[in-house]
Amino acid sequence: MKKTDILMTGVGGQGVILASDALAEIAMKAGHDVKKSDSLGMSQRGGSVVSHLRLGRQVFSPMIREGEADFLLAFERLEGARWANYLHEGSVAIVNDLAIPPLSVVGGASAYPSTAEVEEILRRYTDYLFIIPGTQIAQEMGNPQVLNVLLVGFLSVFLDIEEQSYIEDLSQRVPQKVLQLNLKAFARGREEALARTQGK
Amino acid sequence: MKRLLSGNEAMALGAHHAGLSVAAAYPGTPSTEILENLAKMEDIYVEWSTNEKVAMEVAMGASYGGVRALAIMKHVGLNVAADPFFAASVTGVRGGLVVISCDDPGMHSSQNEQDNRQFARFAKVPMLEPSNSQEAYDLMAWAFQISEEFDTPVLFRSTTRISHCKTVAEVPESPEIDRKRPEFIRDPHKFVMVPSNARPRHPLMEERIRKLSSYVETFPLNEIILQDRSLGIISSGAAYQHAREVFQGASFLKLVTTYPLPQTLIRRFALDVKRILVVEELDPFIEDILRALAMTVMGKEVVPIMGELNPQILEERAAIAGLIPKPAALYAVKKAVRELPMRPPLLCPGCPHAATSYALKRLGFYHTQPEEESTSGRKAVARKRQGIIAASDIGCYTLSVYPPLLALDTCACMGASIGQAHGLEKAGVTNRIVSVIGDSTFLHSGITSLVNAVYNEGRGTTIILDNGTTAMTGHQGHPGTGTSARGDKAPRVIIEDLVRGIGVRDVNIVNAFDLSLIEDTIKRCVETDEPSVIIIRGACPLHVRGKGKPLTIDLAQCDKCFNCLRVGCQAITREGNEIRIDAALCVGDRCAVCSQVCHQKAIRVK
Repeated sequence: MKKTDILMTGVGGQGVILASDALAEIAMKAGHDVKKSDSLGMSQRGGSVVSHLRLGRQVFSPMIREGEADFLLAFERLEGARWANYLHEGSVAIVNDLAIPPLSVVGGASAYPSTAEVEEILRRYTDYLFIIPGTQIAQEMGNPQVLNVLLVGFLSVFLDIEEQSYIEDLSQRVPQKVLQLNLKAFARGREEALARTQGK
Repeated sequence: MKRLLSGNEAMALGAHHAGLSVAAAYPGTPSTEILENLAKMEDIYVEWSTNEKVAMEVAMGASYGGVRALAIMKHVGLNVAADPFFAASVTGVRGGLVVISCDDPGMHSSQNEQDNRQFARFAKVPMLEPSNSQEAYDLMAWAFQISEEFDTPVLFRSTTRISHCKTVAEVPESPEIDRKRPEFIRDPHKFVMVPSNARPRHPLMEERIRKLSSYVETFPLNEIILQDRSLGIISSGAAYQHAREVFQGASFLKLVTTYPLPQTLIRRFALDVKRILVVEELDPFIEDILRALAMTVMGKEVVPIMGELNPQILEERAAIAGLIPKPAALYAVKKAVRELPMRPPLLCPGCPHAATSYALKRLGFYHTQPEEESTSGRKAVARKRQGIIAASDIGCYTLSVYPPLLALDTCACMGASIGQAHGLEKAGVTNRIVSVIGDSTFLHSGITSLVNAVYNEGRGTTIILDNGTTAMTGHQGHPGTGTSARGDKAPRVIIEDLVRGIGVRDVNIVNAFDLSLIEDTIKRCVETDEPSVIIIRGACPLHVRGKGKPLTIDLAQCDKCFNCLRVGCQAITREGNEIRIDAALCVGDRCAVCSQVCHQKAIRVK
């Protein structure tokens, strides 16, 4: 199995770790060796979160090196740009177009990068960049909390894992009353990805 | 069956399957999940002890009683538990006694990055180190067996990247579990360490280490991988995995028994390879021992002595040392990325520490107006003298040292604040002094310092921030919560009764969201000549969920003073010159600290 390094980033409270836990489990069941390592900092809410997820035939270190990530799945724009230098030519970067300004920005000490600036930073490393209105779509679907499932759905199109594996995992992981919504969000993520990659 | 387990989950499962009977711990990152996982398993007694010293003593007692026991803590917890840990090394054990120390290289959530492997040599006890979850599971049974066979506690050392990384492990689904029968057999020569009994124990300890030294020579989980023989790597733990990644073709000696070291095995490996590089995180622990054996090895001249190791750092250093080719144009620090705004950790919206931190900042002058220092003049000096010094402690409230709160002056280790405040006072510092300590930390190691302050006629004010849980590590129970480690109802220590019992007469209980009352109470207490305690009580919003009536800002009334931003609440943001309150994050009028600092009264219930 081909080595696949996935970096998942966002802000504490967005569900990054939940999503990477699920993806790791799915990948293991699909027969990959898997290692996963999270960095949370100290805060329960609001700090930078990054999860390293490595799949392959045999994985040693749980940590991805700069320039080695094959995929970046960013739940927030600034946290997408922050890890740009982990990408290489040909990496796929998926960035949720959501801004959660840190307090230094709110207090006026620094400026939050615009979508165009984030795009410019990421394009220095890869051409395969998808900035998607994930939060907006999740809201339209009725619950902003399905963002992580939607983003995993988007990513799943690029990975060497059967669609059914994700659906089985979701069915076990998600409470019955929100399962349908989550399955829809997953399917919607896949649709978005397929729509954007047609012809590429 | 194949399972994706974190190191902490694997250690818990391994101990359970090895017939563990008693586990005691104090929560601390990155160790906390071990006891949390054990609490889900039947037939094991688990407890959150008041601190690591108590946890160690509980595990010792259980071991003396003939059953297998675990004490679990983070690295600095072993400092607290060092006294009984060393004592256990002298007395030895009956049931297997294993001490898990989870170290935190890189200080993700700690005040230092001490290398607890040194404790193994210091206390003369054997040490095991897993390098992934499979070994974390497998080694646990070995640890108990070694403990019983050699009559010694065993140090089981993990680090953040072992404890918190998830890796695939093959574990039995429901193995037969064999637990030992509790029985205490009297033996004062072994268990009563008066000098006349302790002296004959020391030769036994030295003999034990000698026997262990030959035992580890054939330990099955130490592993030699012979590939390209021009470079041999000796490594252990997380560092081993990073090294396998970077030196793909090299030969390896992976050690899981890192004290005592298998010297003959190492010498044999040395004969097979041309040069040896010891790859270890933090101290040159293995390297120093090998050098003392007159072996020629490379180590800390290549691998950093500080911080957490990762493949990237190792690759860069190895390339600089000429051990591997330089990676192509990688790793240049990218300016655009470096200049992005940082996202430091913060108090959560609705945090009961926000109002107190805000009050302390205001009362602490020094922090709020540092520029007045340089404008000099008598006024600034005089005001600075009045500023309250806040000696703080370990917990979520320590985050209020960051902007915009900047509320704290010291933070050293668990329970230090009250003693430090007393010392500052006795030194003759003329500022008013308060200590700030959480409920869990106060019960962990603040009580004795408060007893000390009462006895030695201190006049300091102790602020106990009582959020009813151990919040920072994820809401574990403690003696003041009324909840056990399994989540059942438990007897509750009443903090106000406790401090009154100690002899503090001026005891105040204040609502954590009442800013002016907090400020007034602090101002009054610091002026009295006797020790005082202010218990500031308010639930952690992540623990007791639910919201109050939502708050809103009347922009017509807002005069753009931005005082509300100085509370440091994540729910309050600014777009241009307009303040916004994020309804999804704000906990509403359950908190409303922002509305109390708004002199225009523009923030109100919707």
